[in-house]
Amino acid sequence: MSTVIAIFKKEFSSYFISPIAYVFIIVFLVGTNFMYFQPFFLINQADMRNYFGLLPWVFLFFVPAITMRSWAEEKKSKTLELLLTWPLSDAQVVFGKFMATLAFLATAVLLSVTIPITLFIIGNPDPGPIIGGYVGALLMGAAYLAIGLWISSLTENQIVAFILAWVVIFLLMIIGHPMVTMKIPSALVPLFSYLGLFTHFESIERGVIDSRDVIYYLSMTGVFLFLNAQSLGRRKSE
Amino acid sequence: MLEVRGLNKKFGQVHAVNNLNFEIHKGEVFGFLGPNGAGKSTTMRIITCFIPPTSGSVRVDGLDTSAHDLAVRRKIGYLPESTPLYSDMTVREYLAFVGRVRNLRGGKLKSRMDEMFSVCALTKMANRQIGKLSKGYRQRVGLAQAMIHDPDLLILDEPMSGLDPNQIIEIRRLIKKMGVEKTVIYCSHILSEVSATCDRILIIKDGGIVATGTPDELTEGHKSGSRYTLRVKGDGQSVEAGLNSVGGVSGVSIDDARDGWHSVQVRTDTKEDIGESLFRHIVEKGWSLSELRRDQTSLEEVFTQLTRSGQ
Repeated sequence: MSTVIAIFKKEFSSYFISPIAYVFIIVFLVGTNFMYFQPFFLINQADMRNYFGLLPWVFLFFVPAITMRSWAEEKKSKTLELLLTWPLSDAQVVFGKFMATLAFLATAVLLSVTIPITLFIIGNPDPGPIIGGYVGALLMGAAYLAIGLWISSLTENQIVAFILAWVVIFLLMIIGHPMVTMKIPSALVPLFSYLGLFTHFESIERGVIDSRDVIYYLSMTGVFLFLNAQSLGRRKSE
Repeated sequence: MLEVRGLNKKFGQVHAVNNLNFEIHKGEVFGFLGPNGAGKSTTMRIITCFIPPTSGSVRVDGLDTSAHDLAVRRKIGYLPESTPLYSDMTVREYLAFVGRVRNLRGGKLKSRMDEMFSVCALTKMANRQIGKLSKGYRQRVGLAQAMIHDPDLLILDEPMSGLDPNQIIEIRRLIKKMGVEKTVIYCSHILSEVSATCDRILIIKDGGIVATGTPDELTEGHKSGSRYTLRVKGDGQSVEAGLNSVGGVSGVSIDDARDGWHSVQVRTDTKEDIGESLFRHIVEKGWSLSELRRDQTSLEEVFTQLTRSGQ
């Protein structure tokens, strides 16, 4: 466990060595705040439903940018060869890296705490859905991150990792969308809408944490982290 | 300490390592020599559990790499070929990180780090970013990283590349010091380096062993004859014919006289020293002699001889 923490600390602090992380967080906060507050006084409701509704789309760009370098850079600079000859299991390395990306995402998301604070100052919102929304957003974020990390482990080019992660996440988002489910054979609809990253966010957006959604996001995260560890192992049979 | 048995590694059609068998004993500095692409790095990657072999086995201290890979990795310190380091960390941060990954904690970690700083002469650079260090210092950080947990087996893949002569002497001394108690595998294609540092050498080519032994054994064993350099005063043609008639001589080449002196190269095909008979012959003929030298076969020649392509 302590070696996982060592990996986690190293990875997490590496985000803050360059100014890019700060730029990133600022762009994220300014962007989401702007999009949220623009129609805020028109809607005139003290809840964060619209904010959480933005997050799947914002994460679509934000998460691949967080994960693109995680493995690709290690492969390119060949540090992977050292990392994987240290006495760490593949699972420990994968988990340490994943936790670091999740902590980074959580930092950015939790810095938007200014929004609920504003709401409490100017209105009287229900705290339940807001807390639920944050928890749900991080669960969804974890699934996105696991996908992004897996894709980063398949290439040594960060740009390729970004674009591929974007595409895969986008596809997983829209397969549950009515746009797609209306066009496919009806037998496939339940499967597609179950697999869609989006479908599971609808209730979270309203602030309702359903155990089925939690299980879905956790299992997506698990599956892609497993694939990530597998792809590290695959170098072995190359 | 290390036992390699029937090791094979195929990458698609390429047979990178071909049925390698060797053993390294505790406390040896073992030189692993071969031209570029001979399979040195691939073999090291298999020993360090980075990639598994296609077939065959590697045992480190009796532990099989496929069954006990974490235990094996704990015993090994490894410096890969291109010295890959995290360039955005400082030397201190990096060594602390590697130490923690290697399960060193608190006071133990601190004392090992201090030792690495002094052994690898990195104290002045401790707070510098690795990416901004010169090649020589990066190499030392790589070495410090490989030795921080005091490994039983130290594997260095081309550790001298990019170092200046002073640094080479320093690192060589360091390796020799390590080799007293630890086992060191030293990969290189620079022969003088290996012959100066290693107790035993293994030469590989196209993934297979072509020779193994101590540097002296190798130079002795593969000597196919010697070469003598002479300076003789006399008539060119008769000198050439005369020396050719000496027993054991297989060839004589002679250049044009300068002030009456010829520079002569004599090759033999025996291992015996024929210096005396050459001398006697010259004296008998009444020529003058100002130089008679037997040239040593160097490891370099053995290496070229063994690894020349198409052989």
